[in-house]
Amino acid sequence: MRRSALACWVVLPLLVGLWGVLAWQLDTSLLPSPAAVLNTLQREAASGELQRHLAVTLQRVALSFLLAMAFGTLIGIAMGRLVWLDALLDPLLVLLLNLPALVLIILLYVWFGLVEAAAILAVVINKVPNVAVTLREGARSLDPRLEQMARAYGFSPLMRLRHVWLPQLFPYLMAATRGGLALIWKIVLVVELLGRSDGVGFQLHLAFQVFDVAGLLAYSLAFIAIVQLIELGLLQPLERRATRWRRTGVEHA
Amino acid sequence: MPEFVKSEFVVPAGHAILAPMSLKVAPGDHICLLGPSGIGKTTLLNRLTGLERGQPRPTLRIGYLFQEHRLLPWRTLRDNLRLVGVGRDQVEPLLARVGLEQAADRYPDQLSLGMARRAALARCLAMRPDLLLLDEPFASLDPHRADELKRLIRTLLKQFPAMAMICVTHEARDAEALANRIWYLAGRPAHLRYDARLDAETHAGLARRLDALGRQASGESLSIES
Repeated sequence: MRRSALACWVVLPLLVGLWGVLAWQLDTSLLPSPAAVLNTLQREAASGELQRHLAVTLQRVALSFLLAMAFGTLIGIAMGRLVWLDALLDPLLVLLLNLPALVLIILLYVWFGLVEAAAILAVVINKVPNVAVTLREGARSLDPRLEQMARAYGFSPLMRLRHVWLPQLFPYLMAATRGGLALIWKIVLVVELLGRSDGVGFQLHLAFQVFDVAGLLAYSLAFIAIVQLIELGLLQPLERRATRWRRTGVEHA
Repeated sequence: MPEFVKSEFVVPAGHAILAPMSLKVAPGDHICLLGPSGIGKTTLLNRLTGLERGQPRPTLRIGYLFQEHRLLPWRTLRDNLRLVGVGRDQVEPLLARVGLEQAADRYPDQLSLGMARRAALARCLAMRPDLLLLDEPFASLDPHRADELKRLIRTLLKQFPAMAMICVTHEARDAEALANRIWYLAGRPAHLRYDARLDAETHAGLARRLDALGRQASGESLSIES
């Protein structure tokens, strides 16, 4: 807690202060002052444009995140548990991991046209291999002794999934989620910039064409703030709840 | 609990560790399974429980106390017991049987080794087992805790006279305290070198008999190695 408080109340204000001084010294439209960016933010928010584009982008992030996590988890667990499937799919996984996001986006837009489905698909295919690799590691590390226990005590497949596997996979799911959100929203912006006519990426594209740095910063900062809120309001509480048993063990020892 | 009739377990030919054998267990059999370390005693218990690849589920109800407690560390004792079918109001009485009245809402990692083993024993009892399998239940306990657990197991065996037990151990003393039948596993592949009922007379000579079996087994492994 103390460390994150330090980041919030010391490092961030210091950074904004430095930016302000620099902008004031240089006095150029290429580096607007914090006040100018805030002004742009307010203007965009008042017109409703900011909310509209944020919502569209957030929707794309959410949809591709859910799809990528679902497919990646399934594939990763299957590969971690089945040796033959791992041998079969591993080269494909390496190929996809090393395929640049940009290549995939361009290819899908060329093949399917500048449509929503192609945009989402491009993001999902970019993310699935990362999730699969992480979850494969998790599935490989499942404790065989607990597997035996579950079998000896007649756990149904559903019970095994919920009470034996999920708690063991949780750290891997969290790692995939964290990395996933960060990666996905960046790719979504590229997808929007290249082939969509709404969303934060599209707005950044417009701002770029007229060198509107204030608009650029306003939209990026707004989205970074949202991702930070998801981390603080959703991921961290979830993690605290799910790892309660670990802390009680330490307290006892 | 409906009594099971004499039950037969078969190890087929071609098993990696165990020789082909057929084992008969009757209700009320309290078997202590002895033998050199690493000979396949745990393998035999896993086999009896149907844990090996391709084995069907056993027809007997089996309560298996593994060497480690193997409770789910992310669930409290209450949830661990509820998961194997213990009713909401049966959790506390069941824990009371093993002397853990106050521990229902603790996590396994908050318990000492002895307590965790007793909690795992409670989970065995929750299965209403025909056959109780204990894999070195007294290992790594200090002598006082080990005696305590031994007394507890004896009490439970008296309370459920129809229940059969197979207990893996290294100590002849454990066998004297708990068993009315002795199995001795030795050789490669491992086979049952000795299977005898214990009465007052054999009780007296048991330690000597086991000693002789141990010397014989280690002599064989020496001759194999050289």
